[in-house]
Amino acid sequence: MTGSREQILEALRKTASNGADSPTSVEPIPGAVDADHRDLIRQFTSNAEGVSTECRHIATLSEIPGAVAAYLRLHNIPHEITLAPALAHPSIGWDDHRLLRTRVGTAEANDRAAVTLAIAGVAETGTLLLASSPQTPTLLSFLPETSIVILESASIVPIYERAWQLLIDPHGQLPRSANFVTGPSRTGDIGQKLELGAHGPRRLFVIIVDEALPKES
Amino acid sequence: MDPRSLEFRQQSIAALSNPQLQTALGGIKTGWAGSRSRAALAFPDFEGLREQGRCIRDHALANVGTLLEEFERNLQLAGGRVHWARDAAEANEIIAGLCHDEKAKSITKSKSMVAEEIGLNAYLEAQGFQTIETDLGEYIIQIAGQRPSHLVGPAIHMTKDEVADLFARHHGLPRKEEGAELVGEARQILRDYYLNADVGITGANFLVAETGTIITVTNEGNAELTQGLPNRHIVLTGIEKVVPTMREAFVLLRLLARSATGQAFSVYTTAITGPKRKGDLDGPGKLDVVLLDNGRSTMIAGPFREMLRCIRCGACMNHCPVYLAAGGHAYGWVYVGPMGSVLTPNFVGIQAAHTLPNASTFCGKCEEVCPVKIPLPGLMRKLREVQHRGRHNSRTARTLMAAWGFLAVRPPLFRLANRVAGYSMRLASRGRGRADRLLLAGNWTASRSMPCPEGETFMAQWRKRRDPPA
Repeated sequence: MTGSREQILEALRKTASNGADSPTSVEPIPGAVDADHRDLIRQFTSNAEGVSTECRHIATLSEIPGAVAAYLRLHNIPHEITLAPALAHPSIGWDDHRLLRTRVGTAEANDRAAVTLAIAGVAETGTLLLASSPQTPTLLSFLPETSIVILESASIVPIYERAWQLLIDPHGQLPRSANFVTGPSRTGDIGQKLELGAHGPRRLFVIIVDEALPKES
Repeated sequence: MDPRSLEFRQQSIAALSNPQLQTALGGIKTGWAGSRSRAALAFPDFEGLREQGRCIRDHALANVGTLLEEFERNLQLAGGRVHWARDAAEANEIIAGLCHDEKAKSITKSKSMVAEEIGLNAYLEAQGFQTIETDLGEYIIQIAGQRPSHLVGPAIHMTKDEVADLFARHHGLPRKEEGAELVGEARQILRDYYLNADVGITGANFLVAETGTIITVTNEGNAELTQGLPNRHIVLTGIEKVVPTMREAFVLLRLLARSATGQAFSVYTTAITGPKRKGDLDGPGKLDVVLLDNGRSTMIAGPFREMLRCIRCGACMNHCPVYLAAGGHAYGWVYVGPMGSVLTPNFVGIQAAHTLPNASTFCGKCEEVCPVKIPLPGLMRKLREVQHRGRHNSRTARTLMAAWGFLAVRPPLFRLANRVAGYSMRLASRGRGRADRLLLAGNWTASRSMPCPEGETFMAQWRKRRDPPA
């Protein structure tokens, strides 16, 4: 309804000069200076664990399937996982792991566990930044009960603002959906007592890996 | 929904004698309010952050028209559509139209106070759509047929046992005892609604002008499933939610969770820029944003603009002695606590809510904890002036006010009255320093004693200090 648009904007235009404007002064966040990268990883892990995220730090890509299988075994979860296309890469060697059965795509209603790739980790609050793309569908980190996220240790940054810069593609475009995730889903809506696994994942496992994934050509 | 704010007094009396409600409200003090102060202390410079938050919101409100046009342009570039609604009726009509276009049967909804403000659920159901709330608290009050009693925890007034009874009755399943089992039962039931919904409706915590981005914040992950599974995502939000860039949004996000629940960051902060893209395996095919005015442009032009800085954290109510005793339902409409006492009269008219600015002790705690420094007591005081000018307050209040006014402009009489009052209070205290009963204040002294003034009046002491005896 164009009429409404014009009326609302006209009312706002009339009042624009009325009342004090405070020029925005966004200042750097204290503690946002570059720490030693190992400290940054430690800070990320400690903040993530503080909100019930489980973390494991490994060196190489080929250790990923073993880490995933060990986690599923620990929590008694069937060894069937849905993989983000970004992770269906021969250098990880999913097929070498006999016990894991993998499917590549986005999450479906009955999936129990999914593995996807994060754009960045934010040390400030132990937060992951995930972005939607054909290679990393969004539902993988929301629909299944168990969410496993691969995070390259080089992409751990101190603050949200730095993570956001990593998100913008070379054409300056944002992804359809960018998700900051800080721990597994939770609610305090019943008797003000915190329970995990309200609608999103009940558990969140972050595998921090030092070796970088091969970049697509 | 018709406001029942004029019955604040009766509703709060009922609340005070409801032991379940009092237990629930007591939990807020030790829970959210306690966590908030720990989170504020743990942040390097929380006061500085609050000042930045205030500046950001003031700047956005001073430029809201320009920012909204920029938001609209950029959202259109990303493939979304913007709809403008002057009032509740128009917003309801637009949303129902979009649902009809989609030939929708089932609609999921993530918690939106603006949707409560316009009575969206009732409207959609009357049009034949099935709407299901997905935030657990909002789902609980939906099946209980109630209104939200808190911004962040809509079902905060209910105990676990009450929810257990409600679920057993409504779901027809064996009654569960444990919180975890109840959460699991709701999770299971809502899953089918998510998967089968044709339209998902969410609110927005912020809109980012520079990129046409919509930000939602939840702890449960319900907003992401609500908008991520159906083919159409509709966002309903107020025109005041826009900020210039992500840089400003991050400052407000750092304030929001800490002020609301004391978390350093909410579990899910999601930034949506447009509908599903080419090659994407999931996401909604269509994205529509409905921008609601409903009195906001008038507020921006008038003396209550500062109220629209609000980022809906609920800290003001978590720290308000009146809210923590009376609960949210006493306020009689959608917005409750100190922020509700200012917003409600602005949205529904002073004649339908003139009791609310009185629901305050003016202790100032709400302003002290507000992440964007809204001068809530000052705004309530302005509303009391409006109330007085409109002759909405009681005859007794007006008479006493007139009497006080008469004395205040006659200094000798005022001083005499002060001395008489002090003398009679000392008499009533019988030398114990406090009076258990006072004339004309029987209700007040029924539950507490009035401390008596010590020594001379302020004026007498002032004169003595100014002119010390030779």
